[in-house]
Amino acid sequence: MIEVKGLVKTYGTKRAVDGVTFNVRRGDILGFLGPNGAGKSTTMKVITGYLPPTAGSVTVNGIDVTQDPVATKRLIGYLPESAPAYGEMTVTEYLNFLADIRGYRTKEARQAQVERAIGLTHLEGVRRQTIETLSKGYRQRVGFAQALLHDPAVLVLDEPTDGLDPNQKHEVRLLIRQMAAEKAVILSTHILEEVDAICNRVIIISQGKIVSDETPEKMHARKSGARLDEIFRQLTLSDV
Amino acid sequence: MSQICPLFKREFLGYFRSPVAYVFLVAFVVISISLSFSPFGGFFESNDASLRLYFSFYPWLFLFLVPAVGMRLWSEERRTGTIELLFTLPVTRLEAVLGKFLAAWAFLTLAILSSITMAFTIAYLGKPDWGVVVSTYLGSILMAGGYLGVCSLMSALTKNQVISFVLGLIACAALLMLGFSGFTSTLESFLPVAAADAIANFSFATHFEGFTRGIIDARDVVFFLSLMGFTLFLNVVVLDR
Repeated sequence: MIEVKGLVKTYGTKRAVDGVTFNVRRGDILGFLGPNGAGKSTTMKVITGYLPPTAGSVTVNGIDVTQDPVATKRLIGYLPESAPAYGEMTVTEYLNFLADIRGYRTKEARQAQVERAIGLTHLEGVRRQTIETLSKGYRQRVGFAQALLHDPAVLVLDEPTDGLDPNQKHEVRLLIRQMAAEKAVILSTHILEEVDAICNRVIIISQGKIVSDETPEKMHARKSGARLDEIFRQLTLSDV
Repeated sequence: MSQICPLFKREFLGYFRSPVAYVFLVAFVVISISLSFSPFGGFFESNDASLRLYFSFYPWLFLFLVPAVGMRLWSEERRTGTIELLFTLPVTRLEAVLGKFLAAWAFLTLAILSSITMAFTIAYLGKPDWGVVVSTYLGSILMAGGYLGVCSLMSALTKNQVISFVLGLIACAALLMLGFSGFTSTLESFLPVAAADAIANFSFATHFEGFTRGIIDARDVVFFLSLMGFTLFLNVVVLDR
């Protein structure tokens, strides 16, 4: 579904992403791990078409993101870091606006999508509240509802469980796992237990380069008995 | 282009979701009307049933009020990070720029039309020339679009609304002042007259004046429309960086 080839992204003289290559198939839940500033968010911003790549290519479902950005954006549901939203709108107004943009032009079609997203993310209780009055956890869920709204084939989630309490984290993970069968999912995180809990593939990225790309089981096998964070530390130590 | 409609709706209704719209509309009507009744306006002394005096303040009023509307267009999106959301939705940059611009322009049009009570007042006091009234309203709406194009561009440059406001104000002030004789004579002192005239031609005031006298000159209409087109084009370029 997603093919990233030799992706390079520079900001001024700094190379944020330096020749990253990987692909994600349907049914994959790819965990994107790495220290802060390793290039996780930047890679996701290029995949979602927010930033143009400096070199290399990204295709989603065979379509190049720089050739036909509108077509690839239709296929992707994206939760940006810290889940930005239009704070002055209520949850229902906001999701209705997005459904409209996503091409659900009749009122019934919009309502169906909005109700589905609200149900999946348990936002029933706050649907008439403006987003700026919501707590961080609820705001994160609104961002999640936004990404799921059009039932996209590709989900790109930048730290989806950030700021949630343990129960909410559990719920979000459950939700991601339920949906993953017919989707390609990329999620970034720096919580290592999360990778064990939901991912079937892990990429560790450090200083813009991929240092490992394998299943969580294989990663554990690198050093039997070691905890995931020890392995993580070993692989990314050059960053510190 | 079908994506413009939902963007327009969200942006336009957005003004009414916060107190911005109500504060602005009330301020606009109160300030504009009290200026023309004030000693500077001389509305009664003129003994003339026309809106010429009322609208003569518009280029100055817009100088402050249009940047106030335009400053949030892109700065706010940048500050709150929603710009990342907007540009990962299936919309093109052009659609986003047009949707937002048209919404703000429609809001300014609403503000301008809310002064319609002034037209009723002069109709009660005398016999106004309705042709002139209509052309003046048309000119004001076009001029508001010109100011707004400039302010929208300035707003795309920064995530700070204060900077956006000040940049918009300076750019609009420059475009307004170009037409005044003091300014043009200064220019003529070191530029050829033809060049000074050409620069003076870019003024809001010169192009607005015809409308207030009931003349809808194609050149004035084209000036405002092309100013909007040019600033919105630059707006797209700036956001594409």
